[in-house]
Amino acid sequence: MPRYFTQDHEWIDVDGDVGTVGITDYAQGQLGDITFVELPEAGAALAKGDAPCVVDSVKAASDVYAPVSGTVTEANAALADEPELVNSDPEAGGWLFRLTLSDAGELSGLMDRAAYDAYIAEL
Amino acid sequence: MNAPNQSGWRPEMTSAMGSAEVYDAPTASGDRALMLEEPLIFELGRPGTCGVDIDEADMGASDALAPFLRKAAPALPGLSEPETVRHYTRLSRQNYAIDLGPFPLGSCTMKHNPRLNEKVARLPGFADVHPLAPQQAVRGALETIAQLADWLMALTGMAAVAMSPKAGAHGELCGVLCIKAALQARGDDRRIMLVPESAHGTNPATAAFAGFAIENIPATPEGRVDLAALTARLGPDIAGVMITNPNTCGLFERDMKAIADAVQAAGGYVYCDGANFNAIVGKVRPGDLGIDAMHINLHKTFSTPHGGGGPGSGPVVLSAALAPFAPLPFVTRDADGAARLIEEEHALEDHPSTFGRMAAFNGQMGMFTRALTYILSHGADGLRQVAEDAVLNANYVLASLKDVLDAPFAASGPCMHEALFSDAGLAEGFSTLDIAKGLIDEGFHPMTVYFPLVVHGAMLVEPTETESKAGLDRFIGSLRSLAERARAGDESLKSAPHYAPRRRLDETLAARKPVLGWRD
Amino acid sequence: MRYLPLTPAERGEMLGVIGAAMIDDLFADVPVEARLPGPVPGLPMHASEMAVERHMSALAAKNISAGSAPFFLGAGAYRHHIPASVDHLIQRGEFLTAYTPYQPEIAQGTLQVLFEFQSQVARLFGVEVANASMYDGSTACWEAVAMAARVTRRKKAVLCRGLHPHYVSTVRTMAKFTGDVIDWRAPKLEAEPDTAGVIAAIDGETSCVVVQYPDILGRIPDLAAIAEAAHAAGALLVAVVTEPVSLGLIEAPGNLGADIVVGEGQALGVGLQFGGPYLGLFGCREKYVRQMPGRLCGQTVDAEGKRGFVLTLSTREQHIRREKATSNICTNAGLCALAFSIHMTLLGGEGLARLARLNHARARAAAARLAEVPGVKLVNRAFFNEFALELPADAREAVRHMADRGVLGGVSLGRLYPEEAALGHGLLVTATECTTDEDIEALSAALEGVLA
Repeated sequence: MPRYFTQDHEWIDVDGDVGTVGITDYAQGQLGDITFVELPEAGAALAKGDAPCVVDSVKAASDVYAPVSGTVTEANAALADEPELVNSDPEAGGWLFRLTLSDAGELSGLMDRAAYDAYIAEL
Repeated sequence: MNAPNQSGWRPEMTSAMGSAEVYDAPTASGDRALMLEEPLIFELGRPGTCGVDIDEADMGASDALAPFLRKAAPALPGLSEPETVRHYTRLSRQNYAIDLGPFPLGSCTMKHNPRLNEKVARLPGFADVHPLAPQQAVRGALETIAQLADWLMALTGMAAVAMSPKAGAHGELCGVLCIKAALQARGDDRRIMLVPESAHGTNPATAAFAGFAIENIPATPEGRVDLAALTARLGPDIAGVMITNPNTCGLFERDMKAIADAVQAAGGYVYCDGANFNAIVGKVRPGDLGIDAMHINLHKTFSTPHGGGGPGSGPVVLSAALAPFAPLPFVTRDADGAARLIEEEHALEDHPSTFGRMAAFNGQMGMFTRALTYILSHGADGLRQVAEDAVLNANYVLASLKDVLDAPFAASGPCMHEALFSDAGLAEGFSTLDIAKGLIDEGFHPMTVYFPLVVHGAMLVEPTETESKAGLDRFIGSLRSLAERARAGDESLKSAPHYAPRRRLDETLAARKPVLGWRD
Repeated sequence: MRYLPLTPAERGEMLGVIGAAMIDDLFADVPVEARLPGPVPGLPMHASEMAVERHMSALAAKNISAGSAPFFLGAGAYRHHIPASVDHLIQRGEFLTAYTPYQPEIAQGTLQVLFEFQSQVARLFGVEVANASMYDGSTACWEAVAMAARVTRRKKAVLCRGLHPHYVSTVRTMAKFTGDVIDWRAPKLEAEPDTAGVIAAIDGETSCVVVQYPDILGRIPDLAAIAEAAHAAGALLVAVVTEPVSLGLIEAPGNLGADIVVGEGQALGVGLQFGGPYLGLFGCREKYVRQMPGRLCGQTVDAEGKRGFVLTLSTREQHIRREKATSNICTNAGLCALAFSIHMTLLGGEGLARLARLNHARARAAAARLAEVPGVKLVNRAFFNEFALELPADAREAVRHMADRGVLGGVSLGRLYPEEAALGHGLLVTATECTTDEDIEALSAALEGVLA
């Protein structure tokens, strides 16, 4: 299952027309302790670049952007009681939300793992 | 000789003075001499206990209130008077305060709170007066508000003042709503406010409430608003600019008049955040620089107490262009000089373009009496000296520390009432936060940290004019020591503070699992 | 000058360290044309404590203080006896001159007080959580309407007729800028509040119903019935309490179905002060806490495991969330909250209940005596410590004439509702534990005198 990355440190796994979105390990390290995650509701329509999700640390609130357009199918309910999952397991158990893609063509603008690793090395 | 020791006490210092070891054993009470722990009232009090003597009264038969009565008294703990005095006195000793030492907090202007202010505010003729008493019974209160208003207008060179906002942010809201109302009055639907990158977070929050979007104006390498970039952006969609002067880097905006002229020529308005007025009070009138509105923090420039977080007071001086839109109640003087508050009743004939009322009653009268007392004490000459000493003190701090702390704008000239340092030069892994927490152990409240955002690891130091030179030298000595320790990589800084009533507190836990009140 | 510690010699020394010849070198960035050559013209120079005190005392002497005359004013600001220790304790420098507790290690005094205050307010209101206070009751009322709009995603607020007119005015002013639609009509001089009318105004667009309890005329609305109707339509019930002492006797709004409870805390610990600074109280259901405005204090532990308190959930606030903040507020009424909390601690739950019973007894005595004045009718069926009278003449004039005779006889409805001719004969009268039998006699005599 291919994984794509954005310059804003989101990742998206794509399985058929369903995408799973989260933030990268680099991003969670920058944020510090995560205290709360505001998640979108099922059914919400997203355009690429919208901010359906906000990740709070003690002193900051960071928008998470939709890497592609689509409709939200579910959000990670485990994060309500354990927002720290985004710190400890950002690239698997700390996923944020799933959506059905409306335009798979948007994926072509995203990076793969190698390109993303090179990108963060330069930051 | 007669009996050498009847009581049994044999004074002898050698054994007491001999031991210089650090003693750290726990005590049975958990207290340590004057370092006192204090439980919550819920752990100390009982609902049946009462520290006030109140006569019993009957409910009476067939009272119409019967269906609404609560079944039992509220579950609130009570303490006797001695227990209450002890509880709060013990708690007070866990607080740092201006009365104990400086708060070198940039843009907070934590100056001495004169006690004459407190005495005057408590005169029954001020403290025990109802806001809705008939006007004939409160002529002194109205005159007090008008005198303070007169002073604020004279000191700022502005045409009018809205006295009703309850705090600085409330005043900022007032100023921005006046701008919105003025635009609406001329049918102009401008939606954008320009704000410098270095602005405080209230600016976008306030602008958003009024229906404006924010665009940032970049700064020059000298830390000031880029006039060329600003002028280039002006147009028929720009409602105005929200600017702080002196700015959040502690620097005077040299181009302020040119900025104001350009914005107004393009049809916009100039809102000035007056948080830093202490640098220029009595030396410069912001009205001479062309602004349309400026909020004043009475709890900053004019010495009303911070009270652990409030109450504040934020009157807003206004240009002739914005004065008609000021909220109610609006202070005015009639032809015979008598002071009056215009309320809804007379708005139509006396103040028809008001944007409305921002809060009940008449404004923060308790802060007005304190501020007027302070202003009369200093007078025009004293207030001018306030600004000069505030600027002198900040520059003394800057000059004394710039060899050991990076001061990004020191090369481009003097600062105003606050000095800005960055974390450049600290050892790898050491941050502004470590210096701040180290200052606590040194017996000082930390300076403002991580603001403004335009400087990395910002440390913004505002000593104010009420710090003596000896006090400044002590503070400079401590900050120098901490800077040297941070540059040298002294690991003990990372677990500071060590000597405060509490060590570093787990703010992550407080946010993840909020416990916001007592649970039985 | 007594507040300026620097001596001329020290100023010279410091200029030397800085490398400036004179103070105006440090003001070099100010354009010459904007620099004042001397003190602002036309203003007096500095003055001694003695002179300032004389000036301010003369101003104070031109006001009639509540304690110096028979006094019956209420309408959202109440005169109660504040125990002497309250004012002493709030003047301790460690409370009076402390800053916002952003460095919690050296602010546990302030923070523990806020935690206790939040707990007291939540219990008093019958809600799960309360914040560390807001500017006052009227702005807290607006913030509740804004919060209900966020929670329900609707834009129409129904305000009961009996909501304080200054609160109505504040809500309407703010709503002009947010687009919230406000439904309100003036009250009538009737024995009961218009519960049926409020319920009839609720529909599927309603974000909240705002009900003052007791209302502006001192009547007690049926909160449970309104809560049921609001919830059935998906709206929130916002209860507004302007006299917190009433909750010593009548049921807490949270226990009757209110989702948000706001109020004015001035009655306990804070004093009249001609209208401010006052104390906004704000509480709500725990599930809405992240939509709540204002500061919040929470419990935690320090690095040694000791219990401590910190400001928390700050990401709701303006300095972090900026344009998406729940409010632009960045202060609370700290010292007023401390005064309220100390007063409440001295009272305790049973003391508050006793105080409430005494207030109600004084008001009953006043109402009974005033109803004997020819032509005067008591309007309310029920009241706590404030009630409305219908006079046989214009009440505003009556109030002025009574003031001329040295009696502060209440607040005329004409003062509060100058547009409503139908309310012109209405007078609000409040009695508290401070009201003596002599005061009541003086009011009846004055009223009888001005009506004759």
